[in-house]
Amino acid sequence: MKYVDEYRDGKLAQGIAATIAREADPARLYHFMEFCGGHTHAIARYGLEDLLPENVRMIHGPGCPVCVLPMARVDMAIACARDPKVTLCAYGDLMRVPGSSGASLLKAKAEGADIRMVYSTLDAIRIAEAEPNREVVFFAIGFETTTPPTALAIRAAQKKRLANFSILCNHVMTPPAIRAILESADGSEADALRVEGFVGPAHVSTVIGTRPYRVFAETFGKPVVIAGFEPLDVAQAILMLVRQINEGRSEVENQYIRAVTESGNLRAQAEMADIFETRETFEWRGLGWLPDSALRLKAAYERYDAEKRFGLVDVPARDNPACECGAILRGAKKPRDCKLFGSVCTPDTPMGSCMVSPEGACSAHWTYGRFREAAKAAPQRRNVA
Amino acid sequence: MSLQQPIRRKLDLKNGRVDLSHGAGGRAMGQLIEDIFHAAFDNDWLRAGNDQSAFAAPAGRMVMTTDAYVVTPIFFPGGDIGSLAVHGTINDIAMAGARPLYLSASFIIEEGFALADLKRVAASMGEASRAAGVPIITGDTKVVERGKADGVFISTTGIGVAPAGLSLSSDAARPGDLVALSGTIGDHGVAVMSKRENLEFETQILSDSAALHGLVAAIMAAGGAGVRVMRDPTRGGLAATLNELAHQSGVGFEIEEEAIPVRSEVAAACEFLGLDPLNVANEGKLVAVLAPEVADAVLAAMKAHPLGLDAALIGRAVADDNRFVQMRTAFGGGRIVDWLSGEQLPRIC
Amino acid sequence: MCLAIPVQVSEILPDEMARVSLDGVTKIVSTALVEDLKVGDYVVLHVGYALAKIDPEEAERTLELLASAGGPLQ
Repeated sequence: MKYVDEYRDGKLAQGIAATIAREADPARLYHFMEFCGGHTHAIARYGLEDLLPENVRMIHGPGCPVCVLPMARVDMAIACARDPKVTLCAYGDLMRVPGSSGASLLKAKAEGADIRMVYSTLDAIRIAEAEPNREVVFFAIGFETTTPPTALAIRAAQKKRLANFSILCNHVMTPPAIRAILESADGSEADALRVEGFVGPAHVSTVIGTRPYRVFAETFGKPVVIAGFEPLDVAQAILMLVRQINEGRSEVENQYIRAVTESGNLRAQAEMADIFETRETFEWRGLGWLPDSALRLKAAYERYDAEKRFGLVDVPARDNPACECGAILRGAKKPRDCKLFGSVCTPDTPMGSCMVSPEGACSAHWTYGRFREAAKAAPQRRNVA
Repeated sequence: MSLQQPIRRKLDLKNGRVDLSHGAGGRAMGQLIEDIFHAAFDNDWLRAGNDQSAFAAPAGRMVMTTDAYVVTPIFFPGGDIGSLAVHGTINDIAMAGARPLYLSASFIIEEGFALADLKRVAASMGEASRAAGVPIITGDTKVVERGKADGVFISTTGIGVAPAGLSLSSDAARPGDLVALSGTIGDHGVAVMSKRENLEFETQILSDSAALHGLVAAIMAAGGAGVRVMRDPTRGGLAATLNELAHQSGVGFEIEEEAIPVRSEVAAACEFLGLDPLNVANEGKLVAVLAPEVADAVLAAMKAHPLGLDAALIGRAVADDNRFVQMRTAFGGGRIVDWLSGEQLPRIC
Repeated sequence: MCLAIPVQVSEILPDEMARVSLDGVTKIVSTALVEDLKVGDYVVLHVGYALAKIDPEEAERTLELLASAGGPLQ
């Protein structure tokens, strides 16, 4: 696969790993956060941390829209889907996210709700056209990569004069979340939260460009390197971060030059600006209520807004008190620190969103971290044949 | 004066549909069974028209398996529910090192199912059964109301015979054993998913659905008692099979990602959907755990067989109390290959 | 976030759509967000929408940087 395989090359990986090991100052620790859940998944899937020296560690960030979706919003989607007129369309990632009392879209579907998994908003529009007597609601989540497809779905609904299509909008924004992480370090979490630099999201950046990250480099003094999606991209970005730290720089650098430009995708930005406005505040699992961090439809597009169309209300929901997803999403705790991890909370029986999503820190640790722990615990035993 | 015989109308195989009378036990059902199933499976047992069929008990240990097939869509690139049912049941028998002898097939058909489709399924089963040399010797038909079955469900039983003294067993893997895989993974699952609603891909990927008893015979001839266990990685894919064997045998596995054959189109389809080929179903592949001294001979025998051309050694069993299946990625790092939780769903993230 | 893959445009279709392919797997997707596409161009695809064109020169430059960062003298 062109533009894929070359960036997964194991030989090049060994080379970069050696360079990182050589250039990382053995006298200090480097803590970098990969913000984007897709990067978390790539790091776990390819075992990238195995190639890093001991003193370069990755903290998994909250850039996983499934992980940060609060229970109350999942409950809202389920309530909407229970309306017999409604056909709720959702991306596959959302089907098993736990709502309150162990509910989920998958379970609601088993109970009779018309919930359909789709690959794209294009499919939801097609369903609305094909089934005019159904109220088709698209459960929209995602950061800035996924927001333009939702915007275009609304354009398509307008153009086709669809009277039965609406969006349940849960789109969130990346820069406010990064800011929240940097501002949230208090005395108690200060040590755990020593994020010294960010591996910036790949595809969010194709949309928003590199400019929005400048504030983090300039005002907060944290280097940001935007990285492509493949493991070699992430490895190279980590090397670039190590170099920035060593050289005392804090800049925004772009490793993903083949797809990301400084200004980003202007057409996508224009569509988003036209259709959406910023919510005053929005709840993020783990980060609390953040101002100006999420989107809703503008009044002019009210009839495509499922919350208004169906009078949906936000009913506050509490996470399982023992679930540490919040602290884990901030990077303040590790999955192992959560009492539920591995016993009550497993990929088969997820208690929180960090375990449901393959990008969540807990899911990544289950797949990858336990392996490293086991290897450390019994290196001899493994080699006995 | 002789009584007029009622005119036996032919089934409208072009436009007709199954209705409740076809399951009621009367003439309509008899006609359905004869014109569709007996016509397709044609053998002496079925021609005798009994509710059961008898055969001489073969020498050796009897092996029996049962399976149900509910795949959607019913017709997919490279196969259909019928051929899948024949191959899958034969394979369950074959994985025990046994020779498959007979099959039974029971049909639960939804009211409204097109007769043309039923005929197509039956024809496909008949062909698969003949090609494999394993006849369908008895069956049953039921019709349920619209909405109570997804088109058609097929339930099967397979009977086979294993030589006395054969000890293939899922708890037989030992540290040091080698793991062989008979060919490319992910073909079936991707072929089926490509047709499912909302996931339309135009691909040339065909299901790998196949009867493996010939390949198994070649493996057993080459490896004998050095073949510890075989299993076909169906639902849950290679990941599920390796984890099952690890747990049942109390060992770990170490596998090499680079050694696992995957067609580039299957890899590409998995990229589109955010799936891992390790979790995708296969219907014409097997995993064999082998004593090290027979591995080379068995691999050669597999590669010489039409269903094992891409066979490869992909790893080995190791001592591991955690029973992890560990994989060295092509990138050079390591990770655990776990069972997938729940239904495999395509991702956006 | 964001599972996105690089795919090649194999056919331009009306209404800002295109057929794209990755190793023989093809799909019809929206190109409304990317301008001036030609058959043969590569784009980043996310949930059925092309988001950006892949610049072949920059891609090559990245590979060179990767190779040199992996090299002996750095």
